[in-house]
Amino acid sequence: MALLQADSSRTRANATSLASRTLPRGTVPGLGIAACGLAALLFSVAPFGGFAGYVVFSGLLFLVAQTATSFAVEGRRHAVDRFASSLVHTTFLIALLPLLSVVWKVLAQGSDQVNGNFLTHSMRNVGVSDAGGGIYHSMVGTLLQGLITSLISIPLALLVAVYLVEYGTGKLARSVTFFVDVMTGIPSIVAGLFIYTVWVLTFGFERSGFAAALALTILMVPTVVRSTEEMLKLVPNELREAAYALGVPKWRTILRIVIPTALPGIITGIMLGIARVIGETAPLLLLLGGTDSINFNALDGPQSALPLFIYDQAGRPNPEAIDRAWGAALALILIVMILNLVARSVARLTRVR
Amino acid sequence: MAKRIDARDLNIYYGSFLAVESVCLSIEPRSVTALIGPSGCGKSTFLRSLNRMHEVVPGAHVDGSVELDGQDIYADNVDPVTVRRTIGMVFQRPNPFPTMSIFDNVVAGLKLQGHRSKSELNEIAEGALRAANLWNEVKDRLDKPGSSLSGGQQQRLCIARAIAIRPDVLLMDEPCSALDPISTMAIEELIEELKRDYTIVIVTHNMQQAARVSDRTAFFNLVATGKPGQLVEVDRTAKIFSNPSVRATEDYVSGRFG
Ligand SMILES: Nc1ncnc2c1ncn2[C@@H]1O[C@H](COP(=O)(O)OP(=O)(O)O)[C@@H](O)[C@H]1O
Ligand SMILES: [Mg+2]
Repeated sequence: MALLQADSSRTRANATSLASRTLPRGTVPGLGIAACGLAALLFSVAPFGGFAGYVVFSGLLFLVAQTATSFAVEGRRHAVDRFASSLVHTTFLIALLPLLSVVWKVLAQGSDQVNGNFLTHSMRNVGVSDAGGGIYHSMVGTLLQGLITSLISIPLALLVAVYLVEYGTGKLARSVTFFVDVMTGIPSIVAGLFIYTVWVLTFGFERSGFAAALALTILMVPTVVRSTEEMLKLVPNELREAAYALGVPKWRTILRIVIPTALPGIITGIMLGIARVIGETAPLLLLLGGTDSINFNALDGPQSALPLFIYDQAGRPNPEAIDRAWGAALALILIVMILNLVARSVARLTRVR
Repeated sequence: MAKRIDARDLNIYYGSFLAVESVCLSIEPRSVTALIGPSGCGKSTFLRSLNRMHEVVPGAHVDGSVELDGQDIYADNVDPVTVRRTIGMVFQRPNPFPTMSIFDNVVAGLKLQGHRSKSELNEIAEGALRAANLWNEVKDRLDKPGSSLSGGQQQRLCIARAIAIRPDVLLMDEPCSALDPISTMAIEELIEELKRDYTIVIVTHNMQQAARVSDRTAFFNLVATGKPGQLVEVDRTAKIFSNPSVRATEDYVSGRFG
């Protein structure tokens, strides 16, 4: 009996070939071109119109044609595979579209504005509808506020995350986690109003860059805590145990083993946090005061910042102001990008190869 | 160097779960003691209680005593960090620090414990790597990451790391179970050499390995799952494998169960 079974299975193995029918090379691009052509034809005779409609229509046509052909030639499994991978690629492109169009638009509108003059001059004594002027005062503000926010938020957030992952157990840790979660969802205007109430109304301080940085801190801490927490949790417990077994105290293990192992991820989280708060506008409206002049002192007198500047200029009717807003938007994107690159290369430098 | 260990009436708990029950076991200096027994009988748990690594698990605790040359390591005034500097440990899976070079891995214990001069560290690193039979393979790439080595080399790196802090006792939890036969042989030879200077306790699933490397063997068993593990018998390895005094031991070493 067993012999018979083995025999029959061998013949079956011989009968089925490993090769199967596949679509000839060039079929898929061919179908793509055909779909585009057919769509073009339809759009020229039928009362349809619009480029977007054309793209969507030819895409759908291609999807149907490809799946049907594949089903006929290659069978069900391949057809489903092709259909799914087309879908994945399409959604990827759709997701990319807004990002690319934002970057494209800002580059197109802003690149004429961003030049040496624009970057090194403030708006002092530049009339509302005059051309010229620049964003130096706003860049100084944004960088200083970002720096102060980071100086407060990063150590605070790292300590909270280390507490939650390495030490926290029981009620306290659970409630800290809960409040961090709640804080992640605080609308930025609420953070701004809170600091306005406490810092300006209750304590009686003037509006300043520092006040804005305090509100931004409220927004940055929870995001950095969350991302750092996730990164610390990813560090395998075996590494901690290996260090303990070498007679290394816990605090040193955290400082020298756990944090360095998680560092690239922690830095990415910090950069995302900075990128988030550096473009935040609502708290600045309440807390910054706003000025056309350069103010290097975040503690004294009103400051400007790029988002506030963009908001102010974009709301004006004259084209010179609108152009300045585009230029400032480009500068803001560039600043975030440069910070990101710097942080990444710092993280790379600390790695052994 | 090389101290003796005496466990007396040691009960080991995870929270309220008693994992290992009333173990009395003496471990001789400059010898290799093998711990064998079926999975889940508490070999790792017992081993980790010998250098206070057990209590790293939240809720884990012991009662009874473990004496290192007569000194109770669980006494109130003993710092677990000091105990672990005296009793080193090698884990089942090689776990070099991924952010560190080979050199930094070897001297990690010393560096993280405090500071030493560069030349002293160089000397100790070379000594430890030679003792772990790894020096010739890595001497030209000490600045490469530890994770760039093969599994067997990584495990020898971990052994080098453990002996670089000059412990008196070396605990090994199935150090070869993730390795190929050649690397296993290299580590067994290493254990043979190390026992001249250290007291070694090794957990192994491999009966031939226990027979090859150990002087004494302790057999742990488990009456039923959920029940605590117990030390059944400890004796000279030759006796355990040829003529054990307990029936369960004989069944286990002859492969009739487990
Ligand atoms: N971290 C832990 N928390 C709770 N119980 C554990 C833990 N580690 C092991 N145990 C339990 O302790 C018992 C002994 O486990 P272990 O020492 O790992 O056995 P062995 O190493 O002999 O296979 C088992 O019942 C296991 O479930
Ligand atoms: Mg085990």
